[in-house]
Amino acid sequence: MATITTLGYDDLPGLLTRLTGDEKHDWSSLSTLDVLWVLHDRVLGPDDRFLLSKGHGPAAFYAVLAAKGLIPVDALEDFGSFTSTLGYHPDRVLVPAAGIGSGSLGHGLPIAAGAALTGRRVYCLVGDAELDEGSNWEAVQYAGRIGLGSLNVVVIDNHSSTYHWPGGVEERFVLEGWSAVRCDGRDHGSIEQAFAAATGERPHVVVADVEDKR
Amino acid sequence: MNMRGRFYALAGEALEDDARVALVTAEIGVGELPAHPRHFNVGIREQLMIGVAAGLALEGMRPVAHSYTPFLVERPYEQVKVDLGHQDLGAILVSTGASYDAARGGRTHQAPEDVAIVAALPGWTIHVPGHPDELERVFRRALGNDDRVYIRMSEEQNAARVDGDGIVVLRRGEKAAPLVLAVGPTLTETLAATADLDVTVAYTVTPRPFDREGLRDAFGHARDVVLVEPYLAGTSTAEVAAALADRPTRILSIGVPLGEFRHYGTPAEHRAAHGLDARGIRASIDRFLTPNDR
Repeated sequence: MATITTLGYDDLPGLLTRLTGDEKHDWSSLSTLDVLWVLHDRVLGPDDRFLLSKGHGPAAFYAVLAAKGLIPVDALEDFGSFTSTLGYHPDRVLVPAAGIGSGSLGHGLPIAAGAALTGRRVYCLVGDAELDEGSNWEAVQYAGRIGLGSLNVVVIDNHSSTYHWPGGVEERFVLEGWSAVRCDGRDHGSIEQAFAAATGERPHVVVADVEDKR
Repeated sequence: MNMRGRFYALAGEALEDDARVALVTAEIGVGELPAHPRHFNVGIREQLMIGVAAGLALEGMRPVAHSYTPFLVERPYEQVKVDLGHQDLGAILVSTGASYDAARGGRTHQAPEDVAIVAALPGWTIHVPGHPDELERVFRRALGNDDRVYIRMSEEQNAARVDGDGIVVLRRGEKAAPLVLAVGPTLTETLAATADLDVTVAYTVTPRPFDREGLRDAFGHARDVVLVEPYLAGTSTAEVAAALADRPTRILSIGVPLGEFRHYGTPAEHRAAHGLDARGIRASIDRFLTPNDR
C-alpha cells in the first residue's frame, strides 16, 4: 500500500540521489537546501503560501516537497522526462505543491505581493542574482511603501550577481521600508530566527548567506 | 458616455457588489475610478500590475487590470504570458487607447498589434466592443467567470449597438455575395462603405476565440471574404482561412498596416490614412472585387 511518509532532513540526500541518479554528489552544496528545509519544517503554517521564484535548480525544492509528503517520492525517479511532473523548472499546473510555475526570473515576488494583498501570509524565495531583474524592485518598492506586512521574502545570497549589491542587498529593502535580517543560510536556528523577526507591520526580508556560487 | 466612462462606472459598481472583484491599476484611470480597499494602484509599475493581478487570482479573487494599451499588454507581455497564462490564472485586462485614439500622442501610446500578440498566447478571450453597451455586456460576463479575458476599448464607436454573441449577420446579400466581416468599432464605416453593394455584412465583438462556425454560416456559398479589423491588418486572417479551409476562398484583410506611422493629428486622420474610413474600405473592396484580366 502506498503511504505518504514524512521524512527528515537526513533523508534529503537519499531523495536527491533518487532524483538525479547521482550518488557521489555533495548535496549540502545546494544553495537553497537548508532554507527550504527550515521553511517547510519550522516556519510555514497550514494557511501560509510559499512561492519559489528562483525556479532554476529545483532539485532541493522537490526533495523537500517529497520529504514533507507534498509530492510522491516516486515522482522523483523520472525527473525531467517527457511524462514527468517534475521538470528543470517547476510547473504549478503539473505539481500544485509548487505554488507557482517559475524559471523566468523576477516573476515570483510580484505575484507574492498580489497574494499578500488579500491578507494571506506569503513567503517567496528569490536569488541574489535574480534581483537583477527590475520587476522585483517594482514589488519591493510598492510592498515597502504600503507596509505589506503579510509578505516575507528570503534571498538566497550566494553572491552570484555579476555587479553585486554594494552594502548588502538588504540595504535596498530597508530603504524601501522593509525589515531585514541577514542570517547564516546553513544554520537552521539562525534561519528560523531570521524569519521570526518579522513584525507583521511591514514586509520582511531574510537574506540567507551561503557559500559563493561555484 | 464613451466606453471608458462606462467601464469606470461598471468597475466601481463591481467593487461594491462583488467581494471577489479587485481592481489593479498603474496610475492610468486612477482619477476616474473610486478609491476602494480592493482598488490597488501600484504606481507606474506595469510588470507589477500584472503580477499583482495574478497573485490576487491565486487567492481566488477576480482581478481587473486597466491601463493604456501599450502599458497593459506590451510592456508586461511576459507577465501576461507567465503570471497569468502559464500559472493558469484568470484576469480581465481592459485597455484604453486602441490603435490610434492617441493620434497626437504618437507611436509610444499606440498599439495596433495588441490583439495579435494577445491572440498569440493560448486561452485568451478577446473582446473588441464597438459600443458602450457591448462593452458592458462583455465586461459583466467576464466578471462572472474565471477566464483570461482581454477587452479592448476605443474612443471610436458605432452608431448603434449590436446584440448577439459570436458572428452576427446584419445584412444578407444575394446567393454567393461576398461576405464582409466587421470587427468592433469598424462597423459604422463598413456599413457606409457597402450600403449599395451586394454583400453580406456580418459583425463580431469577439475575435478570439474566433467563431469559425458562425463564419461558415455567414459565408454560405460565397467565394470572397473581406475582413475589416480596427487593429493590425490580418490579425484574424488565419482564423478565417482555417474556418474555410475546405472551400476555395479569397480573403481581403483590411486593418492598420504594419509600419512605423510617423504622424500625429487626429484619430479621424489616422483612420483615413489607414484606409479604415468608409471611403478607404470601399476603395479596397472595389479593387478586390474587380476582375483582374491579367
